[in-house]
Amino acid sequence: MIETKNITFSPERLAQVQTLIKRYPEGKQKSAILPILHLAQKDFGWISVEVMDYVAGLLDIQHIEVYEVATFYTMFHVHPVGKNVLEVCRTGPCMLVGSDNIVKYLEQKLNIQDGETTPDGMFTIKTVECLGACGYAPMMQVGEKYHEFLTEEKIDQLLEAFRQNATQL
Amino acid sequence: MSRLKILTEHINKPEITGIEGYIKNGGYRSVEKALKKMQPDEVTEEVKKSGLRGRGGAGFPTGMKWSFIFKGSDKPRYLLCNADESEPGTFKDRLLMEKIPHLLVEGMIVSSFALGVRTAYIYIRGEYMYIMHILQQAIDEAYAKGYLGENVLGSSYSLDLHVHPGGGAYICGEETALIESLEGKRGNPRIKPPFPAVEGLWGCPTIVNNVETICKVPFIINEGGEAYAKIGIGASTGTKLISACGNINKPGVYEIELGVPVEEFIYSDEYCGGIKGGKQLKALVPGGSSVPILPQRLITTTAKGEPRLMSYESLADGGFATGSMLGSGGFIVFDEDQCVVRNTWNFSRFYHHESCGQCSPCREGTGWMEKILHRLEHGHGRMEDIDLLWDVQRKIEGNTICPFGDAAAWPVAAAIRHFRDEFEWHVLQPQEATRRNYGMGRSAEPIEQVTV
Amino acid sequence: MPKVTIDNITIDVAPGTTILNAARMIGENVPPAMCYYSKLKGSGGKCRVCLVKVTKSSEQNPRGMPKLVASCCTQIADGMVVENVTSPEVIEARKGVVELLLINHPLDCPVCDQAGECHLQDLSYEHGAATTRYDFGRRTFDKIDIGPYIQLHMTRCILCYRCVYVADQLTNERRHGIINRGDAAEISTYIQNVIDNDFSGNVIDVCPVGALTDKTFRFKSRVWFTKPMNAHRNCDKCSGKVTLWFQGEEVLRVTGRKDNYGEVDEFICNTCRFETKQKSDWVIEGPRRIDTHSVIAQNHLPYELDVVHPQIEAAQ
Repeated sequence: MIETKNITFSPERLAQVQTLIKRYPEGKQKSAILPILHLAQKDFGWISVEVMDYVAGLLDIQHIEVYEVATFYTMFHVHPVGKNVLEVCRTGPCMLVGSDNIVKYLEQKLNIQDGETTPDGMFTIKTVECLGACGYAPMMQVGEKYHEFLTEEKIDQLLEAFRQNATQL
Repeated sequence: MSRLKILTEHINKPEITGIEGYIKNGGYRSVEKALKKMQPDEVTEEVKKSGLRGRGGAGFPTGMKWSFIFKGSDKPRYLLCNADESEPGTFKDRLLMEKIPHLLVEGMIVSSFALGVRTAYIYIRGEYMYIMHILQQAIDEAYAKGYLGENVLGSSYSLDLHVHPGGGAYICGEETALIESLEGKRGNPRIKPPFPAVEGLWGCPTIVNNVETICKVPFIINEGGEAYAKIGIGASTGTKLISACGNINKPGVYEIELGVPVEEFIYSDEYCGGIKGGKQLKALVPGGSSVPILPQRLITTTAKGEPRLMSYESLADGGFATGSMLGSGGFIVFDEDQCVVRNTWNFSRFYHHESCGQCSPCREGTGWMEKILHRLEHGHGRMEDIDLLWDVQRKIEGNTICPFGDAAAWPVAAAIRHFRDEFEWHVLQPQEATRRNYGMGRSAEPIEQVTV
Repeated sequence: MPKVTIDNITIDVAPGTTILNAARMIGENVPPAMCYYSKLKGSGGKCRVCLVKVTKSSEQNPRGMPKLVASCCTQIADGMVVENVTSPEVIEARKGVVELLLINHPLDCPVCDQAGECHLQDLSYEHGAATTRYDFGRRTFDKIDIGPYIQLHMTRCILCYRCVYVADQLTNERRHGIINRGDAAEISTYIQNVIDNDFSGNVIDVCPVGALTDKTFRFKSRVWFTKPMNAHRNCDKCSGKVTLWFQGEEVLRVTGRKDNYGEVDEFICNTCRFETKQKSDWVIEGPRRIDTHSVIAQNHLPYELDVVHPQIEAAQ
């Protein structure tokens, strides 16, 4: 068993959770699972078992129901990730305009492979499937933001900015 | 040909994102008109007259879909907007929601009114989180102005509208998977029947419509279904957003009147602006990754020698043997330097990654196809792999719970059908195939009968 | 009552009956079912081996259905005409589905406790090809003990979801489910968790393959060397009606009583299944009838089979 850490939302977040639950009819609170998991990932960095059990408690559902959902949807990191997850699209239209080279460049530059995290915990490279930016390719998503028309120079600048800010752009 | 813009006329005005600017440019008139001067069934009637067809990919007549909603019970009814745009090559709904979010809100109000819906949801893919915030802002503004909430504009009609994020799953664009996901479950498509119009969200009658479809409704109500039906060509009425990408000079989203020749769309400066770097056109996927790929010889003219038009009918002309589909409007252009085998492998990897795994042909077959294509692309393929691949896709197509299986099978089938020479070259010249691409091959040659 | 014709045999059935259940009533050429289980609500539709061709939808609608349909979840309509074994298209598609089900199956039948009563084994025998065209590495998982009595061997699983429905419909708490997606999906508790409740053992009976097996029976004997006897005892948790599987005088395992489609008549509790294994615990009723098409029938006298009429779910 992994050690249980103190996983609790702030009072503001808890109020937000209640607002979300109210969007669905009474007894259908399970519907709020995806929006709440997004909030949890924002606050706790990744979706650990403790986080999922906490969400199950908030929604009054069985733990396995959260495990089933969180592992189905690829946006949820069920393993620890770096501060900035570089989600690079590699699907057809992006590949046509060079996304393979973008992934290679990132791997070289950060000295890690797809799916790995840098030793300083700053970056994780994660290749993803189509993000709906096909006309503005190649692209990657970091946090909520889309970074499009990527070039090696643009990547250099972005990585530098991420390092400097520590917070996401 | 007229260049009528129904959705995007005002899209570049900065003020259009806010409710004031939107109203100033004629926004929310359809809500006033529908709620004050029309009965719900009259709204549906106008949509039927317009000939509007679902813009998510299947092209099913929207008005007919609405008329299926089960009214025989006192259960609440729901309208869900499918904003789970995930079909590779498709990025049109994103533009609407990002730039002109109130158009979707307006469409949702009028459509909900027509269907007798009191609560509606916009299910947006989780990766579009930043757009969800834009939509939420628009919804908040609409509530403040009295377009949403209790007694909309002082009428007896009340409506709540919410946005709901997905979590990263292409399959949730399938309407029953979307419903499951909205219920807080894994996105496993349901077995139909029952159809959502009878038993959908939480067992209640539910209609699911694509973003672009809903955004067409305000125009239809303002101008009338007949006015809309006059736009376009034949049964392909109105305009369509085409998201163009790949090796073209001007990738982006274009609103076209249906019926524009494909040749004009690719080469005119108004649209794609021709192939990047002056290269040759090799292939086209006209409607998102699921639809059959066309070789050069079948792009601008059909097998009958007629000009190919951007319409449901013309793009499908010739069936699967020599045609394709308008689909979602994800228009992917390939130049002479692209490798069809590599692209087919890439697409099959996508479908393998996105299969929900519920039914066996898709769960097992998509992985198998990807592995065979990976082997072919990386120089370890054998000649019999091509026939094996053909056979595996046939075992998936039509045998699955939802259309995902077909969507995974079609691109593979079409690639083999039209580019078999390129697959064979990968087997015969494995070393060379890892170093360079095949080029045009027989893509531009005149039509001939293909064996498979 | 609506009439339906399956493989040229016409039968009257109650409205709402599925094609599969209508075929079971006829009792001949019944489509196979790997995921449907009449006692588990919501089951079916997933494995696709029960696909059939509807050549006429109903009296009102003489057109057939454009695609093959899953017979387990397609309701009949008056005048419907269905082809099962009479349709080469159906046989071809079914063969394809069996091939796909087998590409990642370990084929470790020689060391699998399910062998002899495995539906996938029967299905492969009837529809499979002798060789495989799949030459890539197969998907594997580690074996997991989920509690003291049950072993989960995920590598063999065909994801029929039956065990999930058992937990949902027979027990108060569900600790296992489907995690991950696509061909990485697996039955799991996610965290190593013990499934512990009075009816958990039924997941073994509903599992069509050897993915969930009885640890108390593990490697004790091949099923066809054991002798099944129906027996009962007074039980305060379940009906107490079981099948005992003997080797000599020793009870090697206890299961629910299964009909000729492999479905138990009644679910039994863990006490009956795992904890009462003395012959003296039971009142023996007599030998259990064995489905002659099963491998278990070997080495046994063939018993006369009654036609079993499955319970039909009421029309919705």
